[in-house]
Order: sequence, then C-alpha cells, then structure tokens
Amino acid sequence: MELSGGQIVVQYLKDEGVEFIFGYPGGAVLHLYDALFHQDDIKHILVRHEQAATHAADSYARVTGKPGVVLVTSGPGATNAVTGIATAYMDSIPMVVISGQVPSAVIGSDAFQEVDMVGITRPCVKHNFLVKDVKDIANILKKAFYVATTGRPGPVVVDIPKDITDPSVKIPYKYPKKVSMRSYNPATKGHSGQIKKALDLLLTAKKPMIYAGGGVILSEASKELIKLVETLGYPITHTLMGLGGYPATDKQFVGMLGMHGTYEANMSMHESDVIIAIGARFDDRVTGKLDRFCPYAKIIHIDIDPASIAKTVKVDIPIVGDIKSVLKEMLALIEEGHNKTNVTALAAWWVQINKWREVNCLEYNRESRLIKPQYVIEQLYEVTKGEAIITSDVGQHQMFASQYYHFNKPRRWINSGGLGTMGFGLPAAIGAKLAYPEMEVACVTGEASIQMCIQELATALQYETPVKIINLNNRYMGMVRQWQEFSYESRYSHSYMEAIPDFVKLAEAYGHVGIQIDKPEEVRPALEEAFALKDRTVFLDILTDRTENVYPMIESGKAHNEMKLRVAIDTPINRELA
Amino acid sequence: MRHIISILIENEAGALSRVAGLFTARGYNIESLTVAMTEDKTLSRMTLVTHGSDRVIEQITKQLNKLIDVVKLIDLEDAVHIERELMMVKIKTSRESRQEMKRTADIFRGKIIDVTPYTYVIEMTGTSAKLDSFLAVIDEKSIIEVVRSGATGISRGEKGLHL
Repeated sequence: MELSGGQIVVQYLKDEGVEFIFGYPGGAVLHLYDALFHQDDIKHILVRHEQAATHAADSYARVTGKPGVVLVTSGPGATNAVTGIATAYMDSIPMVVISGQVPSAVIGSDAFQEVDMVGITRPCVKHNFLVKDVKDIANILKKAFYVATTGRPGPVVVDIPKDITDPSVKIPYKYPKKVSMRSYNPATKGHSGQIKKALDLLLTAKKPMIYAGGGVILSEASKELIKLVETLGYPITHTLMGLGGYPATDKQFVGMLGMHGTYEANMSMHESDVIIAIGARFDDRVTGKLDRFCPYAKIIHIDIDPASIAKTVKVDIPIVGDIKSVLKEMLALIEEGHNKTNVTALAAWWVQINKWREVNCLEYNRESRLIKPQYVIEQLYEVTKGEAIITSDVGQHQMFASQYYHFNKPRRWINSGGLGTMGFGLPAAIGAKLAYPEMEVACVTGEASIQMCIQELATALQYETPVKIINLNNRYMGMVRQWQEFSYESRYSHSYMEAIPDFVKLAEAYGHVGIQIDKPEEVRPALEEAFALKDRTVFLDILTDRTENVYPMIESGKAHNEMKLRVAIDTPINRELA
Repeated sequence: MRHIISILIENEAGALSRVAGLFTARGYNIESLTVAMTEDKTLSRMTLVTHGSDRVIEQITKQLNKLIDVVKLIDLEDAVHIERELMMVKIKTSRESRQEMKRTADIFRGKIIDVTPYTYVIEMTGTSAKLDSFLAVIDEKSIIEVVRSGATGISRGEKGLHL
C-alpha cells in the first residue's frame, strides 16, 4: 500500500485501534486533516481550545485504560496543549500527542507558528520525537504508543513537520507489528525474594497500614488489592489518585489520607508500625512534614518506577514491578500458607482506629439554611447511586468530591491530582462521556475553575455528550480563600470573583439547560431533574455557603497527627467575610 | 561526594539536552559534562561529574536511567577506575620565568605545545584534582586562559560499559 505521510499517520492510528482523536486543525496539520477527512473509522472531536483536547484525551485514557490521542497544529496549537500534557505527565496517564511543525526546511528560522515543541515539552513528557523522514512515521508512532502505555505510563509527543505529511510523496506502508528499543525495557515482574521479605514483614505488623495510590488503577490491580486487604484484614487508605481502587464504602477503608484526608487515615499512618505503599509516590500532599512522616513505621514500597522509590521517603523493602503482578505473587504466597497475622494486635489496632473514626471528622452543619457543598456531593452520590463517573476541577470542590462521593470502583474518579489543573473538569467529562455514553458523567466544579475551559460547552453540544455540570458556586476561589483565611489573617487578595457570569443564560446560549438553586431543599430535586434530562447537558449552578472550608486539614509544615479539625460543627451561619 | 557517571546514550539529536535539562529541572549539581561518539556510531558516551549525598546520587542515576534515550550507565565511584581530564593553559611568560614554568610543567608531566616570545600553551592530562594542583602552584596572574575538557573515566579490569 503506497501512502503519503499524512495518510500513514491516519492509517497507523486506525491500525492501532484508536477510536477518537481530540484535536484542532491549523496550517501545519492541514495535510493530516485532509487525510482524516477521507475516512470514518476514527472519530475526530473538535475541541474549542487545544488545552481541552489534551484534557479530554487524558480523561478518555483514565476511564478506559487505553491511550488518549491528540492532534494539534504547530506554534500556539502546540503550546496550548502543554498544560494538558503536563497534567497527564504528573498523573502518569498514557497519551500520544501529535503536533504539527513548520516544514523541515524552515525549522529554526522563526517561521510563522514555529515553536520548538520537542524542547518545550521535554520536561513534561515521558518521551518525545521529531519526525525527520516520512519513512520513520510508522515506527516512531509505534514507539510512541509503546512508551506511552508501558511501564509507568505517560504522555509522548510526536512532532511532525508539514513536509513529512506532504500528499505528493507516497511510500509503501505496513503496520509495524513489533517494536523493540534497546534503551527502554520497563520492569514487569517484581523480585520474588523481595516480595517474600515484604510479606514476612507485613505479617509481623501490629499496626499495619495499606497505603495505595493511582498505580493500582493504572495497573488494573483493583481486584488483587481487594483480595489482599480482605485476606489480611488490614486497614487501607487511598491517595487522591487511588480512590476507587478499593471500595470506599467497605469498613476496612479508612478514607483518603493526606492534607484533606480523614483523621483516622492520617492518625493510623502516623501510629503504624508497617506501611505498604502500593503504586503511590509519597507526594508532599500525602506526607505532610517529611521528617515526621510515619515515625514508627517500616516501609514497603511497590512501584513500577524505580525513581519513585526512596525519592522523598526512605524505604525498607523496595519492590520494583507492575502492581498487579507483584500483588498476584504476594497473594499466591498467602494462599500457600504464609498468612499468619498477629490477630490480637490487629484487633487492638482496629479498636484504636475505630476510636479515631468516632471523631467524625467529615461532619458538617446539616442544619444550615445555606447550601453546604458537602451536602451537594452527598446528594449527588445518592442520586447517581454511586455509579457515575465524576470528573472534577481543582480546589475546594475537588476535595469535597473526593471526601463525600464514595468511589467503589476504579476509573470513576477523574481529577488532576499531581498538577492541579483548573479547567480540567469539563473537557474531562466530555472525554469520559464519549468513552462510555451509557454511563452518567458529572463534572464537579466551581465558578472559578469552570471558566478556565468554559468554551467546551460548544464541544459538548456538537458531539451530544450530555454531561452534568455541578457548579459549586461560592463566589470565591475557595481553596485560595481558605488558605488566606488560615495563613494570611483573612486578607483575601484577589481570590474573589467579581462579575461572575449568569451561568444559566450562558448554558442556554451554548444550547444547554441551565438551572440555578440556592436553597438546600432544592438540591435533591435539581439533581434529579438534571439526571432525568438524559440527552441534555445540564449546567447546575448551585449557590453554596461562601464561608465553607475543607476539613480536616494538615497545614503546611505539620505532621499527620497534627490535623486541624472543624472547631465546631455549628459555625455561625452567614459568617461575614472580609 | 563527587561522582563520575558514565552514560551510553542513543546518538540522537536532543539526547544531550535531555540529560542537561534533567539536571536543571531537578536541581542537581553538574560539575562537568563531556559527550562524544563511541566506536558504535549509534551511541554516544557521556561522562558527567556531579556532587551529592548518596541519596541524591541514587536519584540522579535512577532519573538518568529513566530517560528513554539512555541505554546504560554506571557510577564509576562504585568500582576501581581511571579518571582523566585534558587541560590546556595559556600562560604569560617573561625571560626570567620561562625556565621555571617549564620545570613546573615537567613535574606535572605537562607538555608545552605552543610557544610565542611571551606565552606558553601547556597541555596536561590527569585527574581533575591533579589539574587543580597545577593551577594552584603557578602564579594566578600569569594565566591568560584555561581550557578544560571535563573529566572522563573508564573502569579498570576486564569489565566495561558496553551493550
């Protein structure tokens, strides 16, 4: 088969089984877009800003486990994609971003819409390529998909100069079945000796903790994790990225840990004598003050990325390997009879943990006559029966969603954990809905975040992705305001939103349904109405209590056992701010 | 501690900037960096001198290994090794100081490779520490220019860093 460079890209993507390309055309990719025009197998989703293309593709990858694919033009198209690439990089999401580049002959001459994409993205990709010859396209794309999806996944950029996709130059094309890279051999199986040692240590624990992160989801190891936790009878906590790996409604789950984790999760971590970290990277939002992190614990760390091990926290037993494979091996040892836990100590440990639970750290004022954001999330959980895919933006609403929506399955909680990218939620919801049209998808957001990618309401209309936007509108950049309240004597420097648009009219202008509510008793009916409108995107603008803060909280420089709890549940209603 | 890390890396455009970029992005020290082709045209050899605690050096080697273009690397401090650096120094000389300068260069096994009525260029190889010592014993004011290659190294014995 003789194809041009542009046709090779499209044919390759088909052969790779790509369903969707999220993109935006422009000069340097016109040949490619022309090749796309002549086929129907791959659906191209036209976003309204390249950042959204990367978020939507990223979310598609998060919900399906398959790599997301992005196509953008050179220059501004490419730089607009960078935020989304960095977002995927921080959360280890497999993604292939194809960017157009100015023709090879003018690279380096400051040509129109030229930017050094390979240079700009270098620190925020797993790898990147510049295609220099049309004959290399297929092999480079093969490598790109291979690198993006194996080992610790991540985004890969393939920069293609315009002349490489020239329709007049045709060469034979064959889908490269195999790929081998002498410089890239990601670990798969863990070291059996280390796994045995880890299990031995785990079984001697008196106050064990299982601390599991996003690696569990990426590795599809939820089933194995559940089995391990059930068999051992140990408590488990999740990072923000791990939520859904283990069912949140199970009694062995002590909640999320870290800065806005539960009191019981953080206290358990602090007092624990053996911690097993599974696909988690001891992020600063998890550890709090490093030198006082888990002072009594021996630490086992399973991760596919050797560089994640001992990066911030000293580890006693490291295991480099794929989580699923390592857990399987560990479970096999347990089945062989290596299963004697310290039952007495464990019983006492659970008594202690349950005492911490009695603090009821997530309680809030349910009598308020203002809408509490926590209440909205609880109702959202009930109305969707806990079965929805929830995407979120970044800020207080993100924390409320992680605390009050109990994720019982993996790949249901889609948020920007590492980079903390505002604007992520709406395009992510669209990407998720395209992947699973039959599932309910809600975007939990705030009036500040949503405006960072609001233009995607047009994309939602064009591709009929009826997502529900749950806008927790407190007329503040809530998380910024909270920190200013705690650390800057309530000097609310530029953290409030003046001139907030009329979201109802805005939604309507984009062809959607807008609903605004401001009373607690309206929450449930409004949510029900929104989800009853099966084929419509609904923008639910919920005016919440402006003063609400996220509790509990580990303030910066503090340890796990120094959480700030809500002082009194009945904080004065309508507390005046500034 | 000072470490010499020897890296085999794919001989591709941008490989050097991936390594250099990693050091700036993660805030690691970099004392010197040399790159050249090897007997295998598809590979470059990079020798990097860095400072750090054991923990930092461990992270550096892990992060370098994580770069897709890096094929293999060793920390030469882990084994007995030979270290060499090339230096060329241009020195102002006078009728009175010429003999003394030549004798000093001889002591350090340096060679005078360029002579003008008022200058010498001295070529010297050795460990970076030896080159430092030479510079320390000559009159600082006489130095016109110092050009150093940065250290390279190779392990002793039969083992070597190759594919």
